[in-house]
Amino acid sequence: MTSVLYDAPGPRAKRRNVILSVTFFVLLALLLWWVWQTLDDKGQLNWALWKPFTESAAWTTYLLPGLANTLKAAALAMIIALPLGAFLGISRLSDHRWVRGPAGVVVEFFRAIPVLLLMLFANEFYARSTDISSAERPLYAVVTGLVLYNASVLAEIVRAGILALPKGQTEAAKAIGLRKGQTMTFVLLPQAVTAMLPAIVSQLVVIVKDTALGGVLLGFTELLNSRGTLAANYANVIPSFIVVAIIYIVLNFILTSFASWLEGRLRRSKRSTGAVLGAEDVEELNAAEVGGPHGGGAGKI
Amino acid sequence: MFDFLSDYDDPSLLGAFWVTVQLTLFSGVGSLIWGTLLAGMRVSPVPLMRGFATAYVNIVRNIPLTVIIVFTSLGLADIFGVTMGAPDNFELQGFRLAVLGLIAYTAAFVCEALRSGINTVPVGQAEAARAIGLNFTQVLSLIVLPQAFRSVIGPLANVLIALTKNTTVAAAIGVAEAALLMKEMIENEAQTVLIGAIFAFGFVVLTLPTGLFLGWLSKRLAVKR
Repeated sequence: MTSVLYDAPGPRAKRRNVILSVTFFVLLALLLWWVWQTLDDKGQLNWALWKPFTESAAWTTYLLPGLANTLKAAALAMIIALPLGAFLGISRLSDHRWVRGPAGVVVEFFRAIPVLLLMLFANEFYARSTDISSAERPLYAVVTGLVLYNASVLAEIVRAGILALPKGQTEAAKAIGLRKGQTMTFVLLPQAVTAMLPAIVSQLVVIVKDTALGGVLLGFTELLNSRGTLAANYANVIPSFIVVAIIYIVLNFILTSFASWLEGRLRRSKRSTGAVLGAEDVEELNAAEVGGPHGGGAGKI
Repeated sequence: MFDFLSDYDDPSLLGAFWVTVQLTLFSGVGSLIWGTLLAGMRVSPVPLMRGFATAYVNIVRNIPLTVIIVFTSLGLADIFGVTMGAPDNFELQGFRLAVLGLIAYTAAFVCEALRSGINTVPVGQAEAARAIGLNFTQVLSLIVLPQAFRSVIGPLANVLIALTKNTTVAAAIGVAEAALLMKEMIENEAQTVLIGAIFAFGFVVLTLPTGLFLGWLSKRLAVKR
């Protein structure tokens, strides 16, 4: 066991580690005890507050419809943002400055702005300029906000994916006489999409998390919003928060695990070109890396 | 065209953005401290600490920030009685709870950035350092951490920019920052697009210099390998 930070422990280091473990354990136990005690005092541990989750009514009335709306918004946002992102990403790689320039401005602009502002703006815009019913409006606003933001993040993923392909691919395509459009659609894009799959799946986690914004500020009845209605009904604030948090954790954990499984599979497969964009690259891209070290966040290329 | 701005003075436009900046600064410093502690635990030789930090990072990263911020208000304040030293002043309490929530969330990302920085230092360097007789503290403070910090300025800048944008979530518990003011303005005024543009511009002004400066710094300080 050698790492940069510590060597294999000798007798003194072993003793120190034991002392540290015990101290840390005591601190952690104290914290948990305080949490437990407070919950008990406030009556949040009463079985009556937890019981609803063992019956079907709480799930079918509140949680499952909420979860369905969360997933619906996330899926819609992903489906619309993907082609839009691919289009923007390819535009940013264009040879023509008048295509490359505006696409770059659009991508950097929407990455620099909080998703919440986009959602609020879309909500008000739909209220004033369209006749979308007020019941439908929150969903439209949430999806619009998510699409605008995530299309620009996906655009960067697509761009990074295409740039990560070996140069020989383009050269070979040119050598057999393919035009630029053909090179892109038949040679580069299919490979880039495969390489980008893990990054795209992990972007879904970000989208799922962001739907919760619409629940609090736009009245979109997704999971977090349904939790509020449920807690108002059963007066179980803490239990409902715990259950909803667990649902989010499980859902996102499945997505993350799927992404890393996909990444491992793609890295091993013989047909890939060795360019795989993983979850880590998405995290780098998510923050608007304005003028960052890789010129717009093309990852580790 | 901008007449309506004078109707808003509690908070004013600049006042709301000042709250956004304050949220960013306090949460930024806080999550740097808590994130460094977590990163320290994650690479420590004590299994219990490693386990705690790993669990913390994986759990917190998968919960939406909105859930965490709403929980600080409805759970921490109402049930646990954590009022952050301001039981009667709801404005101050909301601000401090939002900072707490942002720290709890952002620290997980700071921790991951720092850990990846420690991983970039080749093991041979530490072995060489130990070979010439440096002890643990010296290896850490003279060899490993300086290189680790220099290599993670870029990722940390990304975390800071994401944090700046995430402060808008504080609007969920009524903290009077930019997003809440924008919500109020576009509901009351007829100039939706103009107001949207003003607030978008505000955030570009906040994030662009940060990105440019820290990007420049990370390029300058990067350890060339």
